[in-house]
Amino acid sequence: MPDKHFHTKKHDVWLPYRFSAGPVFERFFEGLKAGKILGNRCPRCERVLVPARTFCPRCYVDMGQWVEVSQEGRLVTWTMSTEPFFGMRTDLPYVAGLIHLDGTNCNFMHLLGGFETMDIEAVRERLKGSVRVRAVWREEREGDMLDIKYFEAAD
Amino acid sequence: MARAVAVVGVGQTRYGNRSEMTYPDLVREGVQAAFADAGLGPEDVDGVVFGTMPSMMEGVAMTHFYFADALRAVGKPLMKTETCGTTGMSLAITGYYWVASGMADVVLVVGSEKMHEGDSQATMSTVAEPFFFRPFTSGAPGIFSMLAQMWMDRHGIPEDKARDAAARVSVDHHRDALDNPYAHIKKAVTMEEVKGAPVIVYPSRLWDICPNSDGACAVIFACEEKVKKMSGKPAWVKGIGFCGDEYWFGDSDKVSWDGARETARQAYEMAGIRDPLKELDVAEIYNPFTYVELQHYECFGFCEAGTAPDRVLDGTFSRGGELPCDPSGGVLCSNPIGATALVRVAEAALQVTGRAGERQVEGARLALSHGLGGVAQFNGIMILGAEQ
Ligand SMILES: [Zn+2]
Repeated sequence: MPDKHFHTKKHDVWLPYRFSAGPVFERFFEGLKAGKILGNRCPRCERVLVPARTFCPRCYVDMGQWVEVSQEGRLVTWTMSTEPFFGMRTDLPYVAGLIHLDGTNCNFMHLLGGFETMDIEAVRERLKGSVRVRAVWREEREGDMLDIKYFEAAD
Repeated sequence: MARAVAVVGVGQTRYGNRSEMTYPDLVREGVQAAFADAGLGPEDVDGVVFGTMPSMMEGVAMTHFYFADALRAVGKPLMKTETCGTTGMSLAITGYYWVASGMADVVLVVGSEKMHEGDSQATMSTVAEPFFFRPFTSGAPGIFSMLAQMWMDRHGIPEDKARDAAARVSVDHHRDALDNPYAHIKKAVTMEEVKGAPVIVYPSRLWDICPNSDGACAVIFACEEKVKKMSGKPAWVKGIGFCGDEYWFGDSDKVSWDGARETARQAYEMAGIRDPLKELDVAEIYNPFTYVELQHYECFGFCEAGTAPDRVLDGTFSRGGELPCDPSGGVLCSNPIGATALVRVAEAALQVTGRAGERQVEGARLALSHGLGGVAQFNGIMILGAEQ
């Protein structure tokens, strides 16, 4: 800490934003509302990406056919947070991870739950090795990533 | 053909909580130190490059306008660039380009951050877009913790071994920082303290994670003709590399991490380096988290994929080892983000000119400096050498 403290000027910047979803993300979120996870396929490299995209980041062509992807997959990596971070809308502590949904060609970021998440050793034990997970949905859905409550262990 | 370019002066402020002064005064402290180090004045400078992390960190947009006077940039071309943690490397590479291209003979490059004035973690969370990533990323610690788990899993590295190696990195850097007069965190830690510290974002614990620091760093680049007229020892730019990955975090493989590998390949090719472990004398790796430093040793070809824990534990990357990394204490002990990667360049310059004081790696002639930023999206490298 510095030796001497001087006056500080308190100042808040409060700026509301409205981010456009565009037609593709909108359809993806409509899918979540209906309890479906929607991806789409690149007509050139044939990768299925989820969430659905407007264009393939690698081929730079418009994405093609819509695909309702599997709600099950393999847990690729995870992290457990005991600290709040700006933009988080979930209770602490929580476990987030990357999930490789079956039949897709990328990883999908979401929460993991349905098991003891208060204790790190319990989380480590539960998520050790190759873990299959499946989506658990909220009853009330509004077209948002958190319409999926979390992914729970499927085996 | 690009002109030869050298670092002819560096200036650093003390890093830490610098609430005793205003932000422009902190920038001025770094700029004055660089001018004094180079023996140059603003009249010698053809242009100024400045950067911070996202402007939201400062609470003032377009700080290069606010800081124009402190930067001595009045009447000169002034450019801002920001690439998150990589900012300092983007600044250095921009300064290099200006001089190498012949557009300028002498360029002042400055990076800064005053993280105690705002909400640094909230600012960093805004780097992720709000639809798909912001609700889950847990800021920068979450992203790098996920990388660490993927890396251990892919190479079958036992968790305890990775934990030991990451703790060793933390112990080494915290000890090294005691020799660095500019460092923020000056506290020796033991293996037991690191491994027993509270989990912040698993597997990263308190001493695996960098601090929030205030500070500024300035580096002056000059062309050969100017260097020859100066008395100080130059640090020649031998190689640069920069590679951005695609945005979607789950799309590309961050274990093989092609972007990090490509960055090193570019810099090594330009510098004519074939065996980095043997040829480099010191490296300043951008290491905000201990585990990601281990991954970079592998991506930069210092060791084979999956072997970084073994090499760390046998002392290869410690002071006195084959390739000492972050003898300054690194990002782990001082992280004024917009300045941080430029600090890596400044430290590399000090090492190859034999001016790094207590943290000097004896006889260092070739040094690698690195910047990392975004949602693990950007990597940049600058290699400096004692010989042209
Ligand atoms: Zn494609």
